[in-house]
Parts: sequence; structure tokens; C-alpha cells
Amino acid sequence: MTVTAVEKDLQARILVLTAEFDATPERVWQLWADPRQLERWWGPPTYPSTFTTHDLRPGGRVAYHMTGPNGEQPHGWWEVVEMQPPRRLVFRDGFAHEDGTPDDTLPVTIGRVTIEPIGEGRTRMRIESEFASTEAMEQLVAMGMVEGLTEAVAQIDAILAEDASQTERSRS
Amino acid sequence: MQPSPDIDRVFAALADATRRDIVQRALLTDEGVSELARHYPMSFAAVQKHVAVLERAGLVAKERVGRRKVVRTRLDALRIAQQQLDRYEQLWRGRIDRMAALVNEMEDRP
Repeated sequence: MTVTAVEKDLQARILVLTAEFDATPERVWQLWADPRQLERWWGPPTYPSTFTTHDLRPGGRVAYHMTGPNGEQPHGWWEVVEMQPPRRLVFRDGFAHEDGTPDDTLPVTIGRVTIEPIGEGRTRMRIESEFASTEAMEQLVAMGMVEGLTEAVAQIDAILAEDASQTERSRS
Repeated sequence: MQPSPDIDRVFAALADATRRDIVQRALLTDEGVSELARHYPMSFAAVQKHVAVLERAGLVAKERVGRRKVVRTRLDALRIAQQQLDRYEQLWRGRIDRMAALVNEMEDRP
């Protein structure tokens, strides 16, 4: 398993994925720093991505589009906040209109990538995504809704399991 | 026929602490609006309004149990909201898998 941990700090609106690779930090950094490598993992195979601008210096912009199975081309952008090769990259990540200008109606997240060696030629990469838009979902996550929701769904599962073993509680 | 949940409405409806509490409560109990209203330091009319917002979002439905009308949480709407959030995690899991494949491929090169 490459992904070793997933944490959801719901109060802080943050999703954290931790992954470990059989590679050096420099090599893992290249996955971000080389646009040709980035193109091979950013989009799913059905939506290959093309990076047309790629400047990872602080304040720099990254522009890309993906090409869907029916020829549709969603566009996206990053704005680099911080870069310390091969250890750290912080960027704002959003969607764009066809002409590359940011689409403010869609959510923006802040991505914080931390890369560190863990010995024996292995590297740990931590990706922190923070919802940072004015989008309803983001506001709600900030208000702790997700936590409530997660609890609610856990409750549902418990209830359903209970229901299955008890007499049916009629629901139309 | 109940309306299918609209994700924006679902999230907007859940943006309020009282409404989140009603959703939780209506998962576990069979209470009518007047019974629900007793749990909150606000008027019956105010609670009724919250229930109406949740109903429009498809998060709760009023159901008849015998002679009473009870408010019940609709599981499908909650699940859809949860799925939206899980989708983001899946997106990154897919990316990390592709990164690993790429790193391994590079390692195989002479």
C-alpha cells in the first residue's frame, strides 16, 4: 500500500494523505517539478492532463487542462505559495474557464506537500488539502458539519445493522 | 414521490447547528415537529421552519406512523453528502497510485 494514512481534521477543514515511496525525495519531487511527469499522474487515465504553464517559483502560475473521453476540456490552475525543493510545495489549486482565467464559482483548495526521507532509500510524502473557497461545502466543513455528518453516517450504519437483526422498522 | 437530494441544498441546509441536530435526532427517534421543538430554546414556529428547510433539501421527510406524523431523516440524502466528501479522498488516492507506478517505472530504468 502506497497510501499509509488518511486523516480528516474536520475542524481545520483539512484532508491529509500520507504515502510512502521506494524512491529518494529528489525523485518524488520530480513528480511535481517535471511537467511531463506531472501530466502522467494528475489526471485519471480517462482524463489525461496537459500542463501548458508550469512555474513552481513562489508566486508562479501553473495552468493545465484535461481532455475527457468526449473531447471536453476542463481547465485548472495553481498559484504557487511556497517552494523548497525537494521538500515542500504549497499551492492554491482551482478550476479555470476555457481561456485559463480562474472560475470563482468552483471550489479552491490549498495543497501543502511535504516530502521527507524515512531511511533505506524510502520517502514519505504528506499531502494536506485545505478547502479554501467560499463554496458552500467549504463553509460547512468549517462549521463542523462534516464531523456531524460523519458521525451521522456511522450512526446510520449502526442502525441499519441493528435493523437487519431486528424486526423491520417500516419505511415507505 | 420525494424529491431527489440536491447537493447544494443539502449542504446549505446543514449549515445550521439546530438543523444538524434535528437531522441527528430524527435518525434515532420518531418525533413529530412539536416534540422536536421541545428540545430547542426557540419557538415551535422556528423549529417548524428549520424542519421545512431540511424537508426541501430532501434530508428529512414527514412520515405517518399510526395517527402521528413523525420527522425522519432520509438516509439517501445523507449518504450523497458523505459521498461528495469521500470523492476528494478518492481523487488523491488515484493520483498517489499513479505517482507510485511512475516512480517504480523510473526505478526499473537502467
